[in-house]
Amino acid sequence: MMWIALALIVWAAAFALNVFLVRNKAPGVGYLVPVIFGLTLLFVWEGFVRGFGISPVLLPPPSAIGAALVSKTHILWEDLVQTFFKGALSGYIIGCGSAFVIALLIDRSPFLQRGLLPVGNFIAALPIVGLAPIMVMWFGFDWQSKAAVVVAMVFFPMLVNTVQGLQATEAMQRDLMRTYAASYWQTLVNLRLPAAMPFIFNGLKIATTLALIGAIVAEFFGSPIKGMGFRISTEVGKLALDMVWAEITVAALLGSAFYGTVALFEKRMTFWHPSQRH
Amino acid sequence: MTDPIPSQPETADAVITASDLNLTFQTNDGPVHALKDVNLTINKGDFVSFIGPSGCGKTTFLRVVADLEQPTGGQVTVNGVSPEEARKARAYGYVFQAAGLLPWRTIGGNIRVPLEIMGYSKAEQADRVRRVLELVHLDQFEKKFPWQLSGGMQQRASIARALSFDADILLMDEPFGALDEIVRDHLNEQLLELWGTTGKTIGFVTHSIPEAVYLSTKIVVMSPRPGRITDVIESTLPRERPLEIRDTPEFIEIAHRVREGLREGHA
Amino acid sequence: MRNILPILTVVAVIVALWYALAVVLNAPWAYSKAERAEQTLSFSEMVSDTMAQKKPRLPAPHQVAVEIWETTAEKKITSKRSLIYHGWITLQATLLGFAFGIALGIGLAVAIVYFRVVDMSVMPWIIASQTVPILAIAPMIVVVLAALQVDDIVAKGVISMYLSFFPVVVGMVKGLRSPDGMLMDQMKTYSASASQTFWKLRLPNSVPYLFTSLKVGAAASLVGAVVAELSLSQNGGLGARLLAGSYYGQTIQIWSALLSAATLAALMVMSLGALEKATLKRMGMAA
Repeated sequence: MMWIALALIVWAAAFALNVFLVRNKAPGVGYLVPVIFGLTLLFVWEGFVRGFGISPVLLPPPSAIGAALVSKTHILWEDLVQTFFKGALSGYIIGCGSAFVIALLIDRSPFLQRGLLPVGNFIAALPIVGLAPIMVMWFGFDWQSKAAVVVAMVFFPMLVNTVQGLQATEAMQRDLMRTYAASYWQTLVNLRLPAAMPFIFNGLKIATTLALIGAIVAEFFGSPIKGMGFRISTEVGKLALDMVWAEITVAALLGSAFYGTVALFEKRMTFWHPSQRH
Repeated sequence: MTDPIPSQPETADAVITASDLNLTFQTNDGPVHALKDVNLTINKGDFVSFIGPSGCGKTTFLRVVADLEQPTGGQVTVNGVSPEEARKARAYGYVFQAAGLLPWRTIGGNIRVPLEIMGYSKAEQADRVRRVLELVHLDQFEKKFPWQLSGGMQQRASIARALSFDADILLMDEPFGALDEIVRDHLNEQLLELWGTTGKTIGFVTHSIPEAVYLSTKIVVMSPRPGRITDVIESTLPRERPLEIRDTPEFIEIAHRVREGLREGHA
Repeated sequence: MRNILPILTVVAVIVALWYALAVVLNAPWAYSKAERAEQTLSFSEMVSDTMAQKKPRLPAPHQVAVEIWETTAEKKITSKRSLIYHGWITLQATLLGFAFGIALGIGLAVAIVYFRVVDMSVMPWIIASQTVPILAIAPMIVVVLAALQVDDIVAKGVISMYLSFFPVVVGMVKGLRSPDGMLMDQMKTYSASASQTFWKLRLPNSVPYLFTSLKVGAAASLVGAVVAELSLSQNGGLGARLLAGSYYGQTIQIWSALLSAATLAALMVMSLGALEKATLKRMGMAA
C-alpha cells in the first residue's frame, strides 16, 4: 500500500512541479519538463508493480529491467551488432542507396514519374514486413535475409520522397538554369539535388524506423541464436520479461539514436530550409 | 505616332528583331493568342520597356526572346541568330519577378552559379562576384544567405547575378513588381546608373507607367486579347535622369501619351 | 485521370519483373528435377515449368491469382481455408484497434493543444516514440495480454491501436493548431468561449489533417494486427496464414496472404479517401 501511496504522491508532486515550471517559463523548461515527466512515469511504474504485487512475468519493474541491462550487457551488445550493424544498417544503406539511384533514373521520364508516384505511395503503405518469411527462405537465417527485408521496406518510401524532392524546384529557378544554357547534370547538381534535400532526408528519417522494425521482425521468422528479435521471441517464451524489456529499451535508444543521427545530418545540410531556421 | 528623334536605320545595330511574331497557347478553353503579329526592333544600348495590362503578352514576348517559349509563327533574332543559339551562347542575363536566389548558397555563391556553369576559372569568379556586388552596392553581403536579406536586397543580388557574365543584353520581367515604392525608386535610380556604366541593351517588363517613362529610351505599349503592340513611344528625355525629372512637364507629357495608348488599346 | 496510362505502365513493368524473377529463381529447381528424371529441358520447357511448380521460390503472379480465387470465391467463407474468413479476423482486430487509436489520438491531441503542461511533458515523448521500433514489442504485449485472459481480438487490437494513434495525434495537433492568428483573433473579437472556438474553428480546420493521418494510421493498424497474429496464430488471421505458409514452405499461400493484406490496406485507404472527399465537399473545403 505504501508504494502505491508514494507513487501517487510523487505523481501529484511532479505534476504540480511541471505546472509551476511551465507557468513561470523557467530556463531550460523545454528539456526539464519532459524529463521530469519521464522519470515520474518510471517511478509510478515501479511503485505500482511493487504496491500491487504485479508478477514480474506480466510486467517487471524498471529496476529489474535496469538490472538486466547492466548484468547482460554482453548479450545485448551481441544482439545489437547482429540486428543493427549487420541486418538493419546494411539493408538501410543498400535500400536507400538503390532507391536514390532509381529515382535519378526515373527522373528523366515524366511519364514514368506520374505512374510511379501513386504506385510507390500505395506500396509504401502496404504491410511489406510480411515479406520477412519469404526473404528468410531466399537468403537463409543469417543477417542477409534481414537486410533484404529492410531493403524492401525502405525502398519505396525513399523512392517516393526522392522523386517528389526532385520535382520540388520552382519553374522560375528551372527557367533561370535554362537561360544559363545549363546541362541536365549542371541543373541537377546546382539546383535540383539541393532543393530535394529536405525530401530526401524525410525519406531517410522514415527509413530509420522501418529498418529497425524490419530487421527485428524478420528475426521472428528464423535467425541464428543471436539478434534482438530472436532474443525477444525466445525470452518471451521463457517468460523472462525483464530481458525482453531490456532489449526493447536498447531498441528504443538505438532507434532514437539512429533517427537523431540522420536528423543531425539533415540540420547540417538543410540549414537553409525554413523548417530548420527557427 | 510621330517619331521625335530621327531614328537610325533599323538594321544598323539591331540587337533584337521580331517580325510577324505569333504565339498561340492551346488551353482547355480554346486557343489563346498571347502574341499576334508583333514587329519590333531593339537597338544596341536601348532601354526598352514593355507596358500593358496582364495578358497583353509582354512577359511572353520577353520569354520568346529568351527561348523560354516557342513562337508558333514569325521570326525572332537575337544578335543576328535564333533565340536558341543566342541562349546557348549565353547572350543575355534574365531577371525574374522574384529574386529566385538559391537558399542554400550565400549571395556570393548564388552569383557564382552561372559562372560555374559557364566554366569561368576560380580567380575570375571571385573577381567578377566582387565587381558586380559593388555595382549593386551589396559588397558587404557576399557571405550572407539570401534569407538574411530584405526583399529589395535580394532583388539587387539577382540583378548582380544576371550581370556577372558577359552578356550584352539584360532581360527583366517585372523585377521590382513585388517591392514597395520607396525601394523601387531607389532601385530604378541604381538601374539607370548601371545601364549608363555598362552600356547594356535592356528589355524591361513593367506595369507601372512612371517606372516605364523614367527608365526607358523606348516604351512599347501592348494590349491583350490578342496580345499585340499598340504603340511604340520614343522617349525625349535625356539619358542622364535624376529622380526629379519625374516632375518636369516633358516627363508628364510622355506619361500622358503612354496612358492614352493604354486606354486606346483597352477600348 | 491522365495518370491512368502511366500507372498501368508501371504496374505492367512490376508484373513483368515479377515474372522474370520467378523464372530466374525457380529455374534451378526445374533443372534439378529434370536431371533426376534424366531429361534435358529446352528453354521453353524450363520457363513453363517455373510457372507451375508446387512450392516455387517465387510463385508466378497468375499462380497467386488462382490461389486467391480458389481461397475466396470457391471456398465457403466459414471454411478455415477461406482467405475471406482469415481476412475478416484480421480486419476485425484492425478496425477495433484503429477505432481506439483514433479516439485516443484525438483525445490526446485536444489535451496537448489546450494544456501547455501536457504539451511540454508528453509531446517530446510522442515524437521520440515514433523513432522506436514499436512492432518489436508486439509478441510481448500479446503474451502478457493472453496471460491476463484477454480476448485475442483485444490483444491484437491493442497493437493496432498503438501503431495507429501516433499519426493521429501528430496530425490532429497540427490540424487543431492550423487556424492562423487572424482567425483566432476574430474569434476573440466575438468573445467566443473556448468550446465555441473549438467547435466552430479549430475542429473544422483540422479535418483535412485528420484524414491525412487516418490514411497513414489505417495502414499502420493493419500492419499491427498482422504482426500480432504472428504471435497469436492459433485463431487464424492473415498473419497466421503467413506464418503457416512459412512453416510448410507454401510460398503461394504466403504470397496470397500478403496480397490479401495489401488489398485490405488498399480498401481501407481508398474508403477513407472517398469519405474524405465527400466530407470536404460537404464542408466546402474540397480542393
